[in-house]
Amino acid sequence: MTEPEGPDGPAAGHDAPVSTTASRLFDLRTILSLMFGVYGIVLLVLGLFSTTDADIEKAGGWNINLDTGIAMLVLAIFFLGWVRLRPVKAPTSEIEGTAGDSAGPPSH
Amino acid sequence: MILAQAPTDLRLDANALDYVLVAFYFLLVLGIGYAARRSVSSSLDFLLSGRSMPAWVTGLAFISANLGALELIGMVANGAQYGIPTVHYYWIGAIPAMVFLALVMMPFYYGSKARSVPEFLFKRFNRTTQRVQAVIFALSAVLIAGVNLFSLGLLLEALLGWSLVLAIPIAALIVLAYITLGGLSAAIYSEVLQFFVILALLIPLTIAGLSRVGGWNGLKEAITNGPGGAEELSAWPGTSLTEIVNPTLSVIGIVFGLGFVLSFGYWTTNFAEVQRALSAKSMSAAKRTPLIGAYPKALLPLVIIIPGMIAGVLVPQITTLKEGGTTDVTYNNALSLLMKEVLPNGILGVAIAGLLAAFMAGMAANISSFNTVFTYDIWQDWVRPGKSDKYYLQVGRWITVIGCVIAIGTAFIASGSGNIMDYLQSLFSFFNAPLFAIFILGLFWKRMTGPSAWIGLLSGTAAAVVVNVLVTTGVFPLSSQAGSFVGASAAFIVGVAVSYAVSMVSTPKPASELSGLVWSLTTKEERTHATHGDDAGWYRSPVTLGIGVLVLTTILYILFW
Repeated sequence: MTEPEGPDGPAAGHDAPVSTTASRLFDLRTILSLMFGVYGIVLLVLGLFSTTDADIEKAGGWNINLDTGIAMLVLAIFFLGWVRLRPVKAPTSEIEGTAGDSAGPPSH
Repeated sequence: MILAQAPTDLRLDANALDYVLVAFYFLLVLGIGYAARRSVSSSLDFLLSGRSMPAWVTGLAFISANLGALELIGMVANGAQYGIPTVHYYWIGAIPAMVFLALVMMPFYYGSKARSVPEFLFKRFNRTTQRVQAVIFALSAVLIAGVNLFSLGLLLEALLGWSLVLAIPIAALIVLAYITLGGLSAAIYSEVLQFFVILALLIPLTIAGLSRVGGWNGLKEAITNGPGGAEELSAWPGTSLTEIVNPTLSVIGIVFGLGFVLSFGYWTTNFAEVQRALSAKSMSAAKRTPLIGAYPKALLPLVIIIPGMIAGVLVPQITTLKEGGTTDVTYNNALSLLMKEVLPNGILGVAIAGLLAAFMAGMAANISSFNTVFTYDIWQDWVRPGKSDKYYLQVGRWITVIGCVIAIGTAFIASGSGNIMDYLQSLFSFFNAPLFAIFILGLFWKRMTGPSAWIGLLSGTAAAVVVNVLVTTGVFPLSSQAGSFVGASAAFIVGVAVSYAVSMVSTPKPASELSGLVWSLTTKEERTHATHGDDAGWYRSPVTLGIGVLVLTTILYILFW
């Protein structure tokens, strides 16, 4: 059995560039906000204007599209707010910055 | 499994708007793949997300990788068939093992800087063990990816009316597109998205279903008066689930069989899971990954098993099934039939998106762990060592394409097998139980040697295969469920015994090479994580989170005793 590498092996290939993922990856929270925003608006509009009695009866007397739409919009706003208050920073600089004490949304 | 071959119309009444909502989800997922592409500049970026993910993202991806559609459909089916006892799969069958993985094993996994489970085995044991495990894992990953793909094809065929021959390649192509573009980051991001879409399916389904049957009390009343009786409303002793008549033995079977051998084997050594934690950005985040996943795991039965129970009351065909009558549906249809029963258009589109997302995630988790093991453990450390990183990044991309093509092949193989869940259960008993045996022995016993590991691994697998053959040929008169439990136990015991025997006659690695890999040779500092910066705060302490989820699970057990 030949051992091509030393006991530890290389961490990656020989000339692996420094990983840049942390700083450049787009923010997942924005995507979640987009998804819930679009779904929320569509369901809200459906719930308000296009809900039949049969639909309400189907869900046990509940306007399911309307309420789910509202819940999704609340989530969309939550994720958007989270991004605004705690934007992605360079990994070294953060020392437990609290969300509450920043006066306004960070400029960017 | 989900075939519509007779009068019951399984087709959901989706309208144009529902399809638009489904299409929007697919656009988002492909968009993630495209955007994640910009952040991939090395093989580590592609295969391990550059170890940069925050804990909430890896934690939700961790649970999502497990929340595939087979799990979803199977557990709703179990809920319909057995009722509350199904919670054991979640509470005793997952939570303790997840806490153990986080607090005891993660320091060794993440601390060793291994990029995969086979590579960890190389560091602790030797090259042969790494290669044996890499080949076994690669094989099982493409087989399981094929099962997921096949089930997705069945779903598209049954619900939307697409043909299987068309649906399987299209589904594979979408998974392929986002993983090849964005690598593990794209897979993990889509998994988090999928987690939320599945909740958007399950929560409204549960609430609407409950209001149809007159709330929780109405459901309890209907079940007590139904064919299952009150037994379906309490978790213990779960004799219907284990098929063990004696209540005491049934409890022992649940605690040791499900709670120890099967669950620890799955959660602590399955690379498709562990990989999510390895992509975390720090030791603390890696430890928190399984714990953050454990909280939703503990609560999920409320929106998975309860809808199953509702289906047993509300859907006429399932009620007939429970009464022992003949019908053309199976329990596996419970989820889609309930969706059809209670969800109006609009939310139905979101629900279909959630179901499709669950299938894709199951396949994506297998493919994205397969390409990592193949690239690092089989190609870089064995077949073609010493090339540039760019080369291995290319290999990673190509093997993803090849993996998807193979999965299309194994999907058509799976279409020939009878019962998919039984097939999956026996795969787990073959591969996970012996792996867990050598892991746990190697972690706590420094005298364990390299050769003993791979010999123990293969003996354990052989033992499970023998038990499986004896059960299927009828030599052991056991149900397939009990059979896979006995098989897993045999694999574990044989694995430990053979490893012990071989270790006694071979030479162990010197203690200096085992620091950080064996419990007694690792200092407390090496096992401890940082507690400043992003890792500060009591709510980020892994021990606090671990105790919290155990307390939560205990409370849930008391509520549903």
